Amino acid sequence: MIPLDESVLRWLLAAVVVLPLLGALGALLPAPPGLRGRGPEQAVLRHGVTVTGAVLAAAVVLALGFDHDRPGRMQAQTDLSWVPALGVRLHLGVDGISLPLLVLTALLTFLCALYGYFRMPQGPAPKAFVALLLLLESGSLAAFAVLDLVLFFLAFEMVLVPMYFLIARWGGAGRQHAAWKFVLYTLLGSVVMLLGLLVLGLNAGTFDMVRLAEQHGSGLGHGVQVLAALAIGLGLAVKAPMWPLHSWLPDAHTAAPTTGSVLLAGVLLKMGTYGFVRILLPAVPEGAHTFAPYLAAFGVVGIIYGSLACLALARRGAGGDLKRLVAYSSVGHMGFVLLGIATLTRTGVNGALFANIAHGLVTGLLFFLAGALKDRTGTLDLDALAGRTGAALYGRAPRLGGLLAFGAVASLGLPGLAGFWGELLALLGSYDPAPGLSRPAFLVFLALGALGTLLTAAYLLVVVRRVCAGDPAAEPGPGVFAGTVPDVRGHEFAAWTPLVVLTVLAGLWPALLLGLTEPAVQHLLPGVSR
Amino acid sequence: MTAPTAALATGLAGPGQHLARGAGNPGAPGSAESLVQSVDWAAIAPPTIAAVAALVVLVADLFLGERRKPLLGALAAAALALAGLALLPLVGEDRATFCLTSGSGACSYVADPFTLVVQLLVLGGAFVTALLSLPAVRQERLPAGEFWFLLLSSAAGAALLPAARDLATLVIALEVASLPAFALVGLRRGERLSSEAALKFFLSSVTATAVMLLGVGFVYAATGSLHLRDIAEGLPAVDGRLGTLAATGVVLTLVGFAFKTAAAPFHFWVPETYVGAPVPVAAYLSVVGKAAGFSGLILVTVRAFPSYAHVWGPVLAVLAALTMSVGNLAALRQRPDRPHSAVRLLAWSSVGQAGYLLVPPAAAGWADRPGDPVGATLAYALMYAVVNLGAFAVVCALRPAGGDARIEAHRGLAAGRPVVALALAFFLLCLAGLPPGVIGLFAKVTVFGAAVDAGLGWLAVVMAVNVVIALVYYLRWTAVLFRPGQPSDGARVPFPAPLTAVIALTGVLALAVSGAPQLILRFAGMTLF
Repeated sequence: MIPLDESVLRWLLAAVVVLPLLGALGALLPAPPGLRGRGPEQAVLRHGVTVTGAVLAAAVVLALGFDHDRPGRMQAQTDLSWVPALGVRLHLGVDGISLPLLVLTALLTFLCALYGYFRMPQGPAPKAFVALLLLLESGSLAAFAVLDLVLFFLAFEMVLVPMYFLIARWGGAGRQHAAWKFVLYTLLGSVVMLLGLLVLGLNAGTFDMVRLAEQHGSGLGHGVQVLAALAIGLGLAVKAPMWPLHSWLPDAHTAAPTTGSVLLAGVLLKMGTYGFVRILLPAVPEGAHTFAPYLAAFGVVGIIYGSLACLALARRGAGGDLKRLVAYSSVGHMGFVLLGIATLTRTGVNGALFANIAHGLVTGLLFFLAGALKDRTGTLDLDALAGRTGAALYGRAPRLGGLLAFGAVASLGLPGLAGFWGELLALLGSYDPAPGLSRPAFLVFLALGALGTLLTAAYLLVVVRRVCAGDPAAEPGPGVFAGTVPDVRGHEFAAWTPLVVLTVLAGLWPALLLGLTEPAVQHLLPGVSR
Repeated sequence: MTAPTAALATGLAGPGQHLARGAGNPGAPGSAESLVQSVDWAAIAPPTIAAVAALVVLVADLFLGERRKPLLGALAAAALALAGLALLPLVGEDRATFCLTSGSGACSYVADPFTLVVQLLVLGGAFVTALLSLPAVRQERLPAGEFWFLLLSSAAGAALLPAARDLATLVIALEVASLPAFALVGLRRGERLSSEAALKFFLSSVTATAVMLLGVGFVYAATGSLHLRDIAEGLPAVDGRLGTLAATGVVLTLVGFAFKTAAAPFHFWVPETYVGAPVPVAAYLSVVGKAAGFSGLILVTVRAFPSYAHVWGPVLAVLAALTMSVGNLAALRQRPDRPHSAVRLLAWSSVGQAGYLLVPPAAAGWADRPGDPVGATLAYALMYAVVNLGAFAVVCALRPAGGDARIEAHRGLAAGRPVVALALAFFLLCLAGLPPGVIGLFAKVTVFGAAVDAGLGWLAVVMAVNVVIALVYYLRWTAVLFRPGQPSDGARVPFPAPLTAVIALTGVLALAVSGAPQLILRFAGMTLF
């Protein structure tokens, strides 16, 4: 949209990855004179907002300078030799698949830093919080920007440490256990993934994703492809998360502070699905083909399981936690993403990538709202909130209630909002899967996925009814929250408005995203007509 | 001290060579002048400086008053640094000295890239140990003169070992490296644990040496030479009737080196010895002792017995698998609240790490050019030396005066001393091979690649499983550092300056090689011999 020199783009991309890292180091140093602010805490929080803001600005300029006529081509490439002994190169670049994810990551981290500036979570000093947040941002941006298998693994692992501490230090009840479980699951998964990456890289003779995609599995035997796809797929599936490897997710989300939850759902889960599209589909096509039906089946089970779990949590008397409910709904949404990928069609994969972004926006918003609600009421227990008639947010805090209802309907996939297109395309893809995949099986998956959307609508409407509707004047029962609920504050508006706007924009103008992803997907899946 | 040793060795080997040749060629004249070998003093400077310094320290100890004793430590550290610097002029030139003047012209001392890398590791490790020991010698009231003499002698032997190219020099260097180590372990006077550990170490080591000497004797009998190069050429051509003798000799020699590297099932002495020894000595044994053992093992297998690759290849592969599994499983069982748990854990983890170090020599058994895979061992050993010394330095610094090193005492370290906690966490993650410990990961990948290239898929799988097991205990320790808790008394006292220097040095080195792994990993790809 704005013509920029390729070398400028290259520097911008490098800055997007490195700036947060430098910012994290800077956060640990004492503030220089002139930037001390009202005190060390305020200064370091402001530092976080400044750095994430700069990164967001760089990412937006990068997106504007990106050649939108050729999104299938890798752009802003940096390719430097790093460890010749292992053939590892510092290879960075963006195309239509990674660009939206980069911008989403930069945006969500900025919003989290902004939110944290005004509402620092309970816990130790904010210095470490800001440093960890920036480290997390650097790692996740690197994961989307690198084009080398080993670097991808490094970035994939780099986010573990900050996320562990964000949960373990600033989290709620049961945080130690949840943080440990998160690390253990992801770590075991990623060790398996590393083995798969090594098998792939050593056999193909290169760790470079672009070259691996060009080779498209030629020169790799069937056995190697299946082995690599299984190992890499397992590691990514833990992160995505795919049922039945998801059980770390509800605990981690429930215990994490608001910012941790937002980034976990909005950014970290995307690494798993991004890895499927970026590495698995193009580099080991035969292996991906072998496991596609299983991936689809697990994805669909995830959809049904997630929505049933949510229905159970939303029931009266179940004592369901709102954050846990949103976490389980993530399992369902990511099921759609996995289903879309497993169809191995352009329609399905585009749908998956769209659903990826939509989930980041909508679930990010929902976690922000849940966090805000907890700040106000001190509890997210639906029974304690709703009492007999409902929590009546519409009456007590109309804007908060309205936003919550908006998030819920966006999450259930109402046409016109972001959640709709991704799930529609994923289901459309499974109506006519890639040649060689069993069509009847995918038709069953389609039917089950469609049933899943109904169940999703059901539990989200139950939640809206129990939290937003109700009689504000009704007598609260025993153990039910009865205080006043302040409405949305200024900084909350600032943090949430971008998410709302983008949700509507992506819903009304899907071509904005699909125009970017479609040519890139075409590039990764050559010879696929649909 | 080492020059005469090497000369003695060549003297031993020379006539042997002469006799063997003479047997088939009775009329060969041997002039007395041609037997005098020239000595390249620059090439042998690194071990020689250490050896001379050892003697100087021993003599100076007699003339220094009690208050001046700390000077000895400074002298020893300076000598080790100087010996390390003496490596610089040798870089890039393949020097050889103590060569036979007749016959095959084989040399006893060679300063090739392999030698220089191991010498750098040994002398660097000994230098760091010396820094660690400066406060420990004072605190634990160790006899200063003896301590520094023993440390320098052992370092001289360990530095000579990788350069040795005949079995006699090799065995002597190994003994020079390990005999003072027994004494170092037992130096804590009046400590039951210490002397018991020394005795255990000594007895098992002497047995191993005896077995090795028997093996060396058999090999000599079969081939008529002690020079590695001549043995390599002579072994395939051994008379059929001597075949069993030669094979037995090969196996017995390997057993001796397996002990020195603490490979399972010869590892049982490690934990007790490490716990009983002063902590810097344990650090020294885990890094320098191990490096010496491994360089000897590599020289013997790759340089002397390449024709027996079908024997030692599988044996080393099995030893590697066994060693890493035993070490890691035992480390996993260590409880953080037991006495000495930190040192004990590091001891068992060093057994596990020895298993990874054994993988490339095992892979060499299948390689067309056996020298190629062993570069991975050097790269791994360098990484391991830096981070393990760093971890030992932190353990040493945090140990309460007169107390033992428990992991439980590290609880809350991150709150009390954030920089030290981050450094230790980084060292542990490097040992585990987990980002951000990038260098640990890449070194493991290099070793892993060596196994895969050799077609040792099963060994690669065993290694992967072991890496996962090791993750658990390294992470558990790391988690303790960041757990909220009452910092122990040791956490408030300022560290002695040498310890701070070591932590800073190893930390900066570990960070540097994590950022530029090629610094270390280039040894994995280069021609070493």
